[in-house]
Amino acid sequence: MGGADAPAGGFVQLLTPDGERIDSVTTADGTTYSVDFTDDEYRELYRDLVTVRRLDAEATALQRQGELGIWASLLGQEAAQVGSGRAMRPQDMAFPTYREHGVLYTRGIDPIMPFGLFRGVDQGGWDANEHRFNGYTIVIGSQTLHATGYAMGVTMDGKTGGPDGEAVIAYFGDGATSQGEVNEAFVWAGVFHAPMVFFCQNNQYAISEPLERQTRIPLYRRAAGYGFPGVRIDGNDVLASFAVTRAALDNARNGQGPTLIEAYTYRMGAHTSSDDPTRYRIASEVESWKAKDPISRLRAFLAKQQLGDDAFFDEVDEAAKKLALDLRERVLAMPDPQPVSMFDHVYPNGSPELEAQRAQFAAYHASFEGSDH
Amino acid sequence: MMAETITIGKALNHGLRRSLEHDSKVVIMGEDVGKLGGVFRITDGLQKDFGEDRVIDTPLAEAGIVGTAVGLAIRGYRPVCEIQFDGFVFPAYNQIVAQVAKMFYRSKGKVRLPIVIRIPYGGGIGAVEHHSESPEAYFSHTPGLKVVTCSNPADAYWMIQQAIRSDDPIVFFEPKRRYWEKGEVDLDGDLAGAYPLHEARVVREGTDATLLAYGPMVRTALDAATAAAEDGRNLEVIDLRTLSPVDYEKIYSSVRRTGRAVVVHEAPGNIGLGAELAARITEHCFYSLEAPVLRVTGYDIPYPAARVEEEYLPDLDRVLDAVDRSFGW
Ligand SMILES: Cc1ncc(C[n+]2csc(CCOP(=O)(O)OP(=O)(O)O)c2C)c(N)n1
Repeated sequence: MGGADAPAGGFVQLLTPDGERIDSVTTADGTTYSVDFTDDEYRELYRDLVTVRRLDAEATALQRQGELGIWASLLGQEAAQVGSGRAMRPQDMAFPTYREHGVLYTRGIDPIMPFGLFRGVDQGGWDANEHRFNGYTIVIGSQTLHATGYAMGVTMDGKTGGPDGEAVIAYFGDGATSQGEVNEAFVWAGVFHAPMVFFCQNNQYAISEPLERQTRIPLYRRAAGYGFPGVRIDGNDVLASFAVTRAALDNARNGQGPTLIEAYTYRMGAHTSSDDPTRYRIASEVESWKAKDPISRLRAFLAKQQLGDDAFFDEVDEAAKKLALDLRERVLAMPDPQPVSMFDHVYPNGSPELEAQRAQFAAYHASFEGSDH
Repeated sequence: MMAETITIGKALNHGLRRSLEHDSKVVIMGEDVGKLGGVFRITDGLQKDFGEDRVIDTPLAEAGIVGTAVGLAIRGYRPVCEIQFDGFVFPAYNQIVAQVAKMFYRSKGKVRLPIVIRIPYGGGIGAVEHHSESPEAYFSHTPGLKVVTCSNPADAYWMIQQAIRSDDPIVFFEPKRRYWEKGEVDLDGDLAGAYPLHEARVVREGTDATLLAYGPMVRTALDAATAAAEDGRNLEVIDLRTLSPVDYEKIYSSVRRTGRAVVVHEAPGNIGLGAELAARITEHCFYSLEAPVLRVTGYDIPYPAARVEEEYLPDLDRVLDAVDRSFGW
C-alpha cells in the first residue's frame, strides 16, 4: 500500500495527486480496498469537495469581516471529510469535533447549523438524533467516549449483525490521540466490540504542536494495542477515504467491531482564525502539500477521463458560489439572542431558583427601558 | 529604578523569565507554550532563550501535563503548568484535586509539590464555550491547594514569581480579558520587598461601603467606585488576590469601618466564593453591619453565548445597583 508521496509505512491511495486512478489496494492484513463509482457519482463527489471548500472560504471571509467570533477552517481536509461522510449510510451516527463542516454537509444538513456557535449567538443547539450528527465538541477528545457509548447502545439494541445495522463514527484530530479520554474510548470500544469507526484526521498539527509532539509511531498502529484494526489512508484522496470508511462502517454494522482510520492530511490554513502559523511552520511545507490538493487531483482525473469539461467545472463553481452567498446572507441575518434567553434550557425540569433569577433579570432590564442600556 | 508601563500579559512573561533565570529547576510546560509562545503569548520567547527542556511543549493532554508535573516535582523540579483555557482544566481535575492537593498531607509533610498551575480564566473576550469560565470555586474548595489571582501588571509580575518560589501547590488564575491592560511595574525590583502573595490589598480607600473583588472584576469594582464618588458615596475597594486562603482580617477591618459589603465575581453565585465571604463577614462583623452582605455574580447558568455575555458579566451598573440596595436597607 504505497501510493504517491506516501509516508513511511504507506497508506491506502486510490487516486494519485496527478489524478491517476489506482484500481485497488490490498493492505498487509489482506483486505482489498476499491471503489466502483458511476460517472455521475464521481462528478457528485467533485461537486461536494468544491462546495465544501467554497462554504468554508465564505466562513473564513465572514470571520475576517467580524461577523463570526472565530472559525475553524477545514481547508485541505475536504477529501477526508467528504469521502468518510459520503461513506456513511443514513442510519449511521457521527460525532464530530469543531472542524467537521464537510461531514456535516454530506449528511444533508443545512450548512448554517454550526454558525450560531461561531457567531456567538448560541452553543450549536441542534438535535443530534434528528440529524444523526452530534453537536460540535470543543473539549478535545470527549466525543470519542460519547460515540463509543452510543455504539454500545446500538449493540444492546440489537442493531448490528447485518447490512441494516447501524454504525457510529467519531472524528478527532492527531492532537486528540494524546488525551486520556480518547485512549479510554479505544479501550472501551475494543473491550465491548462496539460498532465504531474512529476517524482521525491527522492534519499534522495540534495548533502549533507538530505530530511528533503527540506520537512516535504512526497513529493507525495504535489500534493494534487495543485489539482492533488500524488503517492509514491518503487523507487527500476522496476515493480512499470513501472506500476505507465504507468498509470499516460495514464491518462495524456487521458486528465485527471497531476500526481506527488515520487520514493522513494537512491543515492548509491556520488552526483557527485566532492562530498565527507563521510562528511554527515554514511556507515550503505548505507549498509541498498544495501539490497534493484533494480537489485538483479529482479534477485532473475527471478531465482525463472526459467526465468533466470546462462547462461542468464552471457550473460547479457557480453553484457553490451561489450556495455560499446564500449562506452569507443567512448568517448576516442571524439575530443576536434575547438576553433573557440565556436562562433557557439550563434544566429540563426547570428550577425555581433560576426562574427567580430570570424574573429579576427581566425586571432589572425593564428598569433601563428607554435608556440606551 | 525606573518603572516600566507594560501589560499584564507582558508582566507575566517577565515574571516567568525571571523565575527561569533564578532557578534552573523551574520548568514551564503546556500546550503550545514553545514556538507559539502560548495562545495568549504569555510564554513568548522563553523557549528560544531557555531551551526545549525548560519550556516544554507537551502533548495535548491536561491530565498528562499536571500528572507528569507531580513526578517532576517529586524529582526536585518546580513545574509551572499552563492550562490553555479555563474550560480545559477538567481533564486535569483529578490530578489536581486528588493528587496535587493531597501529596503533602498524605506523606506527612515529606513530599512537597511546588507546582504552579496557570489558568487564563473568565469571560469578556467573545469566545465560544469552554473559553470563558470561572472555575475558581472548585479549586478553592479543595484543601491542600492555594488559589490566587492577579488584577494588574505589578501583581502579575510579582505574584507569579512568588507562586513559583512557594512550596505550596498553587492554582494561579489569570484574568484573560485584562491581559492587555497596562500599568507600572518595577522590573528590577526586589522580590523580597514585594507585597505578600497571600494578602488582600485595599486598592481604593473609602468609608461608606466595601467592594470585594478579584481578578477581572477589580477593574469593574474600581470603575464603580469612581462612578459612586460622583453620587457622593465613598467606596473602599479590596482586591482579594488570594482566594484560598482568603485574607479575612483585612476584609473584616474594612467592613467594620464601612458597615457595608458587596462581593463581586463573574462565577455563578451558587456555592461560590461570594457565598463564603458573605457568611464569614456576617459571622465576624455582625454588629458592624448596616445591611446584609450582597453579591453581584454571574447567573447560575452555563456561560452563555458570546453575544449575550455582557449581560451575564457583572458590570458597573449591576455593582452600583447592589451598592444602592445596600444603602437602601
Ligand atoms: C481538552 C482541551 N485542551 C485544549 C484545547 C485547546 N485546543 C483547541 S483545538 C487544539 C488542537 C487540536 O488539535 P487536533 O486534535 O490535532 O485537531 P485539529 O484542530 O488539528 O483538527 C487545542 C489544543 C481544547 N479545545 N480542549
